[in-house]
This record gives sequence, structure tokens and C-alpha cells, in this order.
Amino acid sequence: MDVKHFLRNLSESSGVSGYEQNITEQISTACTWADDMRRDKLGNLIMLKRGEGTKPKKKIMLAAHMDEIGLIITKVEKGGFLRFGTIGGFDQRVLLGQEVIVHGKTPSLGIIGAKPPHVQAHGEQNKAVKLEDLFIDLGYDTKEDAEKLVRIGDLVTLKREVIDLQSSLLAGKAFDDRAGVAAIFECFKILSTLHHEVDVYGVATVQEEVGLRGAVTSTYGIVPDLGIAIDVSFGDQPDLRESETIKLGNGPGIAIGPHVHPKVYDRMVKTAKEWNIKYSLDPSPSPGGTDAYAIQVAQAGVATILLSVPLRYMHTSIETIDYDDVKSTGKLMAMFIAGLNNEFVEGLTCF
Amino acid sequence: MLLAQLTEVNGAPGQEGEVRNLIREQIEPFVDEIKTDALGNLIAIKNPRAIGPKVMLAAHMDEVALMIVGIKNNGMLEFRPIGGIDPRVLVAKTVIVGKKKINGVIGAKPIHLQRPDEREKALSIQELYIDMGVKDKEEAKRLVSLGEIAYFTTKYEEFGEGKVKAKALDDRVGCALAIRLLQEDLSFPLIAAFTVQEEVGLRGAGVATYQIKPDLALILEGTTASDVPGTDEHKHATSLGKGPAITFMDRAVITHPPLVKELFALANEKNIPVQARRNTAGGTDAGQIQLTESGTKVAVIAVPCRYIHSPASVMSKKDYDGAYELIKHYLRCLEEREDFQ
Repeated sequence: MDVKHFLRNLSESSGVSGYEQNITEQISTACTWADDMRRDKLGNLIMLKRGEGTKPKKKIMLAAHMDEIGLIITKVEKGGFLRFGTIGGFDQRVLLGQEVIVHGKTPSLGIIGAKPPHVQAHGEQNKAVKLEDLFIDLGYDTKEDAEKLVRIGDLVTLKREVIDLQSSLLAGKAFDDRAGVAAIFECFKILSTLHHEVDVYGVATVQEEVGLRGAVTSTYGIVPDLGIAIDVSFGDQPDLRESETIKLGNGPGIAIGPHVHPKVYDRMVKTAKEWNIKYSLDPSPSPGGTDAYAIQVAQAGVATILLSVPLRYMHTSIETIDYDDVKSTGKLMAMFIAGLNNEFVEGLTCF
Repeated sequence: MLLAQLTEVNGAPGQEGEVRNLIREQIEPFVDEIKTDALGNLIAIKNPRAIGPKVMLAAHMDEVALMIVGIKNNGMLEFRPIGGIDPRVLVAKTVIVGKKKINGVIGAKPIHLQRPDEREKALSIQELYIDMGVKDKEEAKRLVSLGEIAYFTTKYEEFGEGKVKAKALDDRVGCALAIRLLQEDLSFPLIAAFTVQEEVGLRGAGVATYQIKPDLALILEGTTASDVPGTDEHKHATSLGKGPAITFMDRAVITHPPLVKELFALANEKNIPVQARRNTAGGTDAGQIQLTESGTKVAVIAVPCRYIHSPASVMSKKDYDGAYELIKHYLRCLEEREDFQ
């Protein structure tokens, strides 16, 4: 299958935290490699590819979250305009002038507007338009007309078609973290041509953006011996310090920090070197931002690592990634998994 | 769809070529003469030798856009607006850059790495840049040259209750009206000027008018609508869905009072909803047209547009059709009048 094309479709589809149904269906339809597939009560999609080792086989879990940040309608106003709150972290400055899809009775186009510059007070133009002063214009004339279509609590997603930039760069929304889901697919594509002993659970998790919640329940259900979270990390961009970022096109970031098991880290770096896969070191002094943080403390604890696809302009409608990094993340995981044996996995609890 | 085609082509001030070619193609079957001048105005004449009032329709072809003024070592492009753009509408948008039409995005720092007070400050033009996904300056220079233009990429779409979302409705909606009106069967000379460089100081209109020497000019525009939350009702310059807006005065013109009176009376008679533009900010080609030679009688008829000069502006099809009806009836009235002079 063409995973890049799959990622485009995923990016253009809607699935705000807690409402990932539509994304789940697309992933499960596209997933041709799983021996078994199930969903847990929160909606995590768990896809199993069995290993060829002898029982009891070790279990490795690959987790990438499929939810995206979004908006939620809080009020329908006079004139049919909609007020909204956020689900997940939005910079209020990236919303003005964005096209959105309002998921009311039927999905409808909306434009995020604010009062025009010529009626603003002197000096107001130097300030960001506050979230509470933004509204969605649905193109209806009255509150009553809008209410036929939209209710309080309806969800809103950014509307953005994926565009190709130079070389293999793509820009679009929700690559955080559907690029991670694509990396799992790339990994399985390679694994299907390789011998591996361990059972591999690919998990598309829910509700990461509101507190890593899907990772908590899915890990509990699987009880893996080893967990890899695949997420995105800050890509190099002019307004960030070099030390805060990893470079696009240079392969995945391999995180190092409290949420990363030292032996897994060493082996991951060794695997990358052995197979000549480019990577960046991604020091993470505050480990709380990804599913790895939740996976690590499930049940009696799990040896974890975090791989990250470098991504510019995080949490905007033009998140930018290099698709080559998605591929190399998939390859690194596949080679790592193919090289795993029981002895190494059992050693992870020995300090 | 005429308006869809017109809004999806690009034309910064001074670079109106794509728009001009499209309009020329559209009007050719309906006019007797087409000419261009040294600035690039497109002038179309119907019934050049007929007797009767010489009536000019004017709409500008250019749109606000971004000019590339620098290429950084990392390959990012620096830009400045041509025409008035509030930098706050640019953040996290896609653009198409230069003659080679290269995709680009206008990035922003991720919220995770901002200090809370940063979020309260608007990003200035100097802080913004276009990312084409190139590795360095050399690669960027192969794709784009300084002085080339970046445009918004918004698609024309109809939505809501008879509304349209598009870029550059200011003033492609005026161009669309003029194109439709040129198809009318009239006996007097009707001249449409599709002007250049309105957004940088009404540069083309005077030059076009000098060549036309009209008895009367109707300026067709897309104008600011501020009928949105957060704006007091008395500050709604125009409102969507209340019909075309007629200007009494703005920064550049006091429109010809008898003409304005006639337009209101005619709208009333024909039952066409119209509204007065209730704001005197801004200026249009009318300012230059009225001052050409020994003066021209002018009126401005505008379609209200929300979020003007931003990637996605919004108008009502009702207002667009209303403007067409009103001007069509006005032209027909002129034909029946013998006392024009």
C-alpha cells in the first residue's frame, strides 16, 4: 500500500480528541497486515501482528495517537455567528482567517473572523485577537437558521488540504500525530518481509492531546514488555533555538530522558548505526508530553522509548514534515523489532 | 462560474496579467473594441460611435498580496504586503509563490515553546516568513526571485445561506459585474475600464479615464462589511444580504449627489434592496476618476464583503445579483432619456 497517500487522507479527515471514530475506521480499513484487530472501551485501535518465536512470546507495543486538537461550539449568537472553546492547545493567533469544518447536522464550511481593523481602537492591531473575540461565520443570517444546523457542543476541525512543498516535505493539519500512525504502517510494511520473534501490537491511541488517556488504557490491556511511542517533535524553524528542535530530513529523533529505558535507547541507537539510518538525539528533560509517559507506568511498569518525527509549526493548520522521516522512523522500528530476542527483553528489568 | 474563475486567478498591483487575460477572453464576444495602455488597464468599448451619453464602468483587477523582499540563508522568504494587509491574518496560511507557482506556508512558533505573554502580542510582518521546504538559500534562489509575489490559495466556495467564500472578492466581484453588464444590449457608448494598481493608491483609474473621457462613471467595488460580533451596530459600514451599498463619501471622493439620489430612487422603484455605505474610511478608483480632466460625475456601487484583504472574504450572492440588477436598470433608464447632457 501507499502509506504516504494513506497519511494524506488521514490528515484531511476529522477526529478531535474523544471523537476519533472516523479515523479509526480509516486506519482499520487500510490495515491489511494485522492478524487480529480490536478496539478497547475508550476507542483505541489495537492491531496485532504475531511473531514467529516460541511461546510465551514477548510483546512490543507501538503507539501513535490519532486524535487531533480542535474547537468546540459554546454559543450560537445573533446573526448566526458561533463562539467556541478549544480542545487541546491552540495559540489564539493561528486561528484568525482559518477555514474550518463545523461538524453539525452535516459538516459545514465556516470562516474564523474577528471585527475588522478599521473599527478597532488605536493600538489594537498590535495585539493578538483574543480567543473570546473570535467567532465562526457559517454564512447564515440569523441565530435560528444557524441553530437548525449547529448545537452547543458540536465539534470544529481545521479545514486544510495537504500540500506538497519542495523535495518530500508535506504541509497540513494533524500530522501531529497521524504521521506517527503512518510510521507504524511503514514499520509493518517492512516487518512483513522480515522474520521477527515478538508479537507486535500497533496501537492508534485516542485522547493524547487532552492528557495521554488512550495510552493509559491500551497499555493496561496489552501488558507489553516494551513500548515505543511515536510522536512528533519540534522541527527546525527560524524562530526556535537549535537546542529546542530536531532537523527535518535527518530521520527520527531518538528521545533520551526519564521516560526512556537506557538499554532500549542504546539498542535503538546501535540499530540506527548498523542499518545506516539517520537520526537525531532528542534530549527531553520534561518527559510529560507524549504517550511514552503513560505507557511507562502502566501495571508493573514498561520499558519505553520515544521516537519523534520532526515537525515544524506544531498545532497549526500547516504542520510541516518530511515524509522521508516517517519512512526512516518506520524502518528503524522494523529493524529494531526484527533484532529483538527474549534474552534482551528479559534483561530490561535487571538494573 | 465567472466569479470562481476570477477569484482563483492572481493579480498583484502591477502584475494583473492573469486577470487581464481571463477578462479579455470573457468580454471579447460582447464588445466592439478592446485596448490596453501603458500601465496595463484593459479598456473595452461597446458602441464606440453611437450617440448618447458615454458611460464608464470601472472595476480594479489587482488584489492585495505579498512581495518577496528577501531570502534568508536558511531558504526562508521575507515578504512585505503590497496593499493593506493586517499581518495577523497571515499566520498559519498557505501561499503560492512566484512565477513558478511554488507552494509555501507561513509558519508560526509552536504554542508549547511560547511564553504566555507572547500569545497576547500580534506577530509583525518582520517576524513572519514563507517556508517552501527548501534546504538553503541556493535552492530557494533557483525557485524564486526577489520582487516576485506570493498569493493566498483560497478556493471559491458557496456556503451557508447564499454566501460565497473566496480571496480577492475586492475587486473581482466588481470585474464580474462589469463583465455581466457588457453583455447588455444598449444603444449608447458603454466603456468598461478594468483598472490596475488600485490597492497601492488608485494608480490606474485616472489614466484610464483620461483616455475614455466619460460623461458619467459607475465604480463597481467590493467594500468592507463589518456586521460581525464585537462591532457596534452603528459601526457596521455595510451589512451582508441588505443589497448593494451606495457610497456618499469616503476618504477620496464625495460622489455626485444627484446621481446617488437617482440610484436610490431607482432601487426603490424597482424594488431592489440597497443600503448606504455607513462609513467614510477607505477610498476607491472613484477618487481619481472624478478628478480626471475637468471632472467626472461618479457613483460607487459596492458589494459588501466581510474579512476583506484577508485569505478568505465572504459575500452574499443576493447583494451581487442586486448590484447587477440595479446597474442594469440604470443603464436602461439612461437609454430612454433624451435630456442626458
